[in-house]
Amino acid sequence: MKTISAVTGNEAIAEAMRQINPDFSAVYPITPQTDLMQKFSSFHADGYVSTEVVLVESEHSAMSACIGAACAGGRVVTATSGPGLALMWEMLFVASGMRLPIVMPVVNRALSAPLNIHGDHSDAMGARDSGWIQIWSENAQEAYDNMIQAFRIAEHMDIRLPAMVCYDGFIISHSISRVEFLSDETVQKFIGDFTPTNSLLDIEKVVSYGPLVLTDQYHEYKKVQNDVISSIGEIVLKVADEFEKVSGRKYSLFDSYRLDDAEIGIVILNSAAGTTKDVIDEARKKGIKAGLLKPRFFRPFFYNEIAEALSGLKVICVMDRSDSFGAFGPLYTEIASSMFHMKNKPVLINKIYGLGGRDYLPVHAEMVIDELSEIAETGIVNHYKEYIGLRE
Amino acid sequence: MKIRGWKDLNEGPVIKNPGNSILYKTGSWRSFKPVFLKENCTDCLLCWLYCPDMSVVVENGQMRGFNYDYCKGCGICANECPGKKRQKAIVMEQEGK
Ligand code: SF4
Ligand code: SF4
Repeated sequence: MKTISAVTGNEAIAEAMRQINPDFSAVYPITPQTDLMQKFSSFHADGYVSTEVVLVESEHSAMSACIGAACAGGRVVTATSGPGLALMWEMLFVASGMRLPIVMPVVNRALSAPLNIHGDHSDAMGARDSGWIQIWSENAQEAYDNMIQAFRIAEHMDIRLPAMVCYDGFIISHSISRVEFLSDETVQKFIGDFTPTNSLLDIEKVVSYGPLVLTDQYHEYKKVQNDVISSIGEIVLKVADEFEKVSGRKYSLFDSYRLDDAEIGIVILNSAAGTTKDVIDEARKKGIKAGLLKPRFFRPFFYNEIAEALSGLKVICVMDRSDSFGAFGPLYTEIASSMFHMKNKPVLINKIYGLGGRDYLPVHAEMVIDELSEIAETGIVNHYKEYIGLRE
Repeated sequence: MKIRGWKDLNEGPVIKNPGNSILYKTGSWRSFKPVFLKENCTDCLLCWLYCPDMSVVVENGQMRGFNYDYCKGCGICANECPGKKRQKAIVMEQEGK
């Protein structure tokens, strides 16, 4: 049985958290995540979940508390945004290094300064090397679906890694849209019971977490982490298959839109993909062979599969909603690295758009498509990296 | 102690055999070593009490010497030793002399 509701992105994720009913959750508010955890705390106060909810004094403490609870053997959830994720930074590496399958919605927000609370990917991109799985979501429905699948992926016995579920602040977190919810029973059956490994509370099998590992073995631990996160593709697809059976919604490693016969393409993450798809439909009506690829995972980055999907294109624009100042945007860098080994490399350009919640409008996508068509025709590239939607 | 290769590390850094620090010898850090002079010892066991490791060996209430596998050569025992008639029962000697 499913329910269709008009909800905000945060309400959809709070509902997922209610249905999941984790053992432990550390709560600390930060815009635009605040009303997600407020809603979840209300579920807790009203007795709809049996979660141990702890209000902590900072995000660093939130992640530290989650690490402790996960070591103790619990199913653990917290959530954050922008500067909150930045404050967690040290502990993110501890969570992944200790192989603790914590799941955390990241409601994407810009980093200060200047102070800005709006949607932008600088937060999660800053944490891209922290060893967490990153699942990105175009809209509230995808965020809800990814949240549920994240538990199966993170907690899989061959993976045991923490996972972030990313969706755009305000654009998705605070806008109301149509979401199809699964029944509580379906969600609980889908995620199953949590199986702890090396629980600190298991006094029959005493363990210690957090040993010092110096030059003799640290390198080896990192090799294992790299291999584990690199190998999750098959499990992701298996979980997606099972999810399709209960929900009717299809997921994969990435989303490709009208790419099969495309000559020009846009690669873009999260909510802006929706707008871009509409503009691509318009371009198609005019006979422009445009397509789109939206990575669902940024970590691991499924570079072989993505390069293969983009291999037929002549010109690609990779669009970043965050910047690496003085260098190319983070998504661009991944696409460029993915395609470098190919014989017939497409021309690749990078646009930086929508920072600090700046609107990304259909006209911006149209301009990009026009530029790509021109490059395809003339072979002339004026800017490899450029900010768009700027106030002159 | 055999150091495990990367293929054996899939569970993450968790210690599953408690008390295994005995397998990891740390005495090689030492640049000075305590030397026991039994004739000056009154078995007061202050050295045993003060040693920040477990390197003072005591049997039947008597000071027997040092376990050099773990002694860091900090010299606390020598400093604290009251000895007999102002003669210390522990003196520090430079290693490798
Ligand atoms: S030198 Fe330090 S470590 Fe060694 S036995 Fe004396 S007190 Fe213990
Ligand atoms: S402190 Fe000195 S006198 Fe006392 S037991 Fe140790 S070596 Fe002997």
